[in-house]
Amino acid sequence: MWQWLKRLYHRLGSPKWFYEISARWIPWLVVLSAVGAVTGIVWGLAYAPADYLQGNSFRIIYIHVPAAILAQSAYMMMAVAGAIYLIWRMKMAAWVAKCIAPIGASFCLIALLTGAIWGKPTWGTWWVWDARLTSMLMLLFLYFGVMALQQAMESEDSSFRAGAILALVGVVNIPIIKYSVEWWNTLHQPATLKLTEKPSMDPAMLWPLLIMIVTTYAFFALLVILRTRNEILWHERKRQWVRELLEK
Amino acid sequence: MHPLRKKRLTLILFMVAAVGTAVGLAMYSLSENVNLFQTPTEIANGEVPPGRTIRAGGLVVEGSVVRDDDGLGVTFYVTDGNAEVPIFYEGILPDLFREGQGIVALGQLDTSGRFVASEVLAKHDENYMPPEVKEALEKAHLDGKEAMSEASY
Repeated sequence: MWQWLKRLYHRLGSPKWFYEISARWIPWLVVLSAVGAVTGIVWGLAYAPADYLQGNSFRIIYIHVPAAILAQSAYMMMAVAGAIYLIWRMKMAAWVAKCIAPIGASFCLIALLTGAIWGKPTWGTWWVWDARLTSMLMLLFLYFGVMALQQAMESEDSSFRAGAILALVGVVNIPIIKYSVEWWNTLHQPATLKLTEKPSMDPAMLWPLLIMIVTTYAFFALLVILRTRNEILWHERKRQWVRELLEK
Repeated sequence: MHPLRKKRLTLILFMVAAVGTAVGLAMYSLSENVNLFQTPTEIANGEVPPGRTIRAGGLVVEGSVVRDDDGLGVTFYVTDGNAEVPIFYEGILPDLFREGQGIVALGQLDTSGRFVASEVLAKHDENYMPPEVKEALEKAHLDGKEAMSEASY
């Protein structure tokens, strides 16, 4: 198992190998994202029952929760890729981190916007400076900071390193986001989906949410792979294999 | 692992741990200020001086909501299961404002210990269910209560 992981790791470091193998993953991810999005959205918006208290406005959860979960996972992935670049100097890791940053930031922005739209009719306000909302806003600014640093310096290598260091420093914000609703009094409610307990949501409403979460991950993977492939072609444009590919 | 990489890995782990500790300590010392609202217990214990603008939060006590005959004034009690604080608010309450539901109010304590709010926000809990399930739950709860009171005769 360890040997296999090690081999996979070394292979992933090769841009050419990744470019070739990822071409095979794309159709699956496209199908999964499309089917999942149609199923999840139609089920969530049309067939799931309305909430006893919020009525139909709760349905924004089908966008808000997947986007918020993804914004945090993407950040962790970006930080891990940054660490790999810092330690092993693997170029692929830096490119992946660069590709993840704007996508993660977009999902973070979606989570913040949908939360505000839901907050107005539910809480009575668009925004409140409670711990959950503020830490989520900090995540967005961390993304912006990483994106800026990744392009800040003359040499690409030092820019990527600076971005990776900020990404790693910002990791401390992730547990703060997760536990903010438990450590402090917040307006935002505690988590509905829990890893260790039964979710506090009716199964009829839960299924489309789970589908939307899986779909969002698939869509995210698709976006990262597409962007990384572009990045590979650009950086390897003078290499023999890319030239051969382009001449074909 | 190559010694240089090992060194870099240690350095990164150390950096993350150091930043984590620093932020953790800062958060711990700020924890009172990070709280969005004060609980009725804290207010009842006199931890909040009258006249200072704070947020108070808790569950609206069942049956405590009294609306003024003229105007939009409304008085209700909030509780955290331990202490109760009366809140007066003049304005339109959010749609989700219900007895038994959580709220967060912004305002000041007056000298009589009443909290005069200028803004009331409804807090939503983490439970989502269709109306039928809610009714069934309430029914089961009531049946249980009746069974209990019958049993006690």
